[in-house]
Amino acid sequence: MGLTNSSIGIRAAASELEIKKQAVEDKVVALAGNPNVGKSTVFNGLTGMNQHTGNWPGKTVTNAQGYCATKQQSYVMVDIPGTYSLMAHSAEEEVARNFICFGQPDAVVVVCDATCLERNLNLVLQTLEISSRVVVCVNLMDEAKRKNIKIDLSAIAKRLGVPVVSTVAREKKSLDGLMNTLDNVVSGAVMPTPAQVVYPDAVERAIAKIEPLVRKKTDSLASRWLSLKLLDPDPSLTLEINKFLGEDFLRSPELADALAAAKTELLADGIGPDALKDLIVSTLVSAAEKICRGTVVCEKAQYDAFDRRVDHILTSKATGYPIMLLLLALIFWLTITGANYPSQMLSGALFALQDRLTLLFHAWGAPEWLHGMLVLGVYRVLAWVISVMLPPMAIFFPLFTLLEDAGYLPRVAYNLDRPFKRCCACGKQSLTMCMVSIILH
Amino acid sequence: MSNLLCLNDVVPGQRAIVKTLRSTGSMRRRLLDIGLIENTEVECVGRSPSGDPKAFLIRGAVIAIRSEDCQDIMIKVG
Repeated sequence: MGLTNSSIGIRAAASELEIKKQAVEDKVVALAGNPNVGKSTVFNGLTGMNQHTGNWPGKTVTNAQGYCATKQQSYVMVDIPGTYSLMAHSAEEEVARNFICFGQPDAVVVVCDATCLERNLNLVLQTLEISSRVVVCVNLMDEAKRKNIKIDLSAIAKRLGVPVVSTVAREKKSLDGLMNTLDNVVSGAVMPTPAQVVYPDAVERAIAKIEPLVRKKTDSLASRWLSLKLLDPDPSLTLEINKFLGEDFLRSPELADALAAAKTELLADGIGPDALKDLIVSTLVSAAEKICRGTVVCEKAQYDAFDRRVDHILTSKATGYPIMLLLLALIFWLTITGANYPSQMLSGALFALQDRLTLLFHAWGAPEWLHGMLVLGVYRVLAWVISVMLPPMAIFFPLFTLLEDAGYLPRVAYNLDRPFKRCCACGKQSLTMCMVSIILH
Repeated sequence: MSNLLCLNDVVPGQRAIVKTLRSTGSMRRRLLDIGLIENTEVECVGRSPSGDPKAFLIRGAVIAIRSEDCQDIMIKVG
């Protein structure tokens, strides 16, 4: 397509991810969010792609890219892994942080779950520390409405200092508002002024000590965030900073001195490395709490009586296991008996074709070894595999997706956690086992 | 001393206020990330058929925590 490496952004490669733009003018938008907030649904809705949306964490471990366009602008959407935080506690968080920070996207959309917005704001606030071109997309608004949660989006937007839009990702129309806002943010028509989380005095003093030095040395990274991260260092970030800014950045004696002084002062205030980590996280959590106070109102308890009753039935001692076994048995039965008919039809058709092929080979006068290899070997095995494997898969996976969409799978994981832990596994793995056993049947 | 209770002492239907976390390492960070900081209210909403893990309502989300991890979450009841 005639794009050179530099025109598609060598920076993106620095975060071990190659962004493939279709045109040079394409803007890169990162799609971030907690796990299970419908991020993949938003991604699919925007790009028309059909990435599998799943209900277990860490599904999008590698990045997916897709394209979409508005009247004004064409975009490359990058679906980054779902995470609760950007502090790089796991592989997913590291990928997410690296992309938002070092991938230098033109904008970041943070997808949030309207039914537990407060918890989602933790990630939003962390993203705001890194980037100012952020749009908050409050998804699952229909769910929130059903649970009688009222959200004052404009008040939240004011408190956060960035645009906040609401979506119901399953209804594609509701994504228009998000795209309009993105147009405005990317073109500069709207200039977000993200609210900064204010840390306890001692931490702020330490930040103030090194921030001017950091700002003097780089303008491509948010200096306040970088200063905070230098105070609370983690090796994976140091590695990325060296890659992005060059080894000399952290080695500069000026910065090293200031950093050491700031750390000594923190220690004098009784804040060691571990205490600092705790302090940072709890400041973020209480900041999120403050933002939601008065702007998110639940008329009923969020986790309402009906949900509780259903959950009780699905997970109680008396009914939890029987219901689970029944449901799984039903799915197995539907799959096995249901697959028989299409299996027979398929094998009938495919093996009839084999006879034709044999006739054809003989008519050509092909040597017997060639016929044996291609028809009795390759074709026959293929026909067998397809007629035996395809129908059960085509039945099992949609059924399984149905259970997944209903939210039953996390309950299975919950029910089975103890038995599985005995075998040094965890409840989540029961799902994998289910899939394997159906394939092996 | 009432502050010697841990999250395992909370039965379904009961509420408690988180006081301190004794957990360390990645579990500590996970618990902080889900919002278990000082003075956070949690409610036990159920236990799984085998009794472990239990489910807790934390800041609007229901989260399952194993009893071995509950041991390190110190709480105050009421």
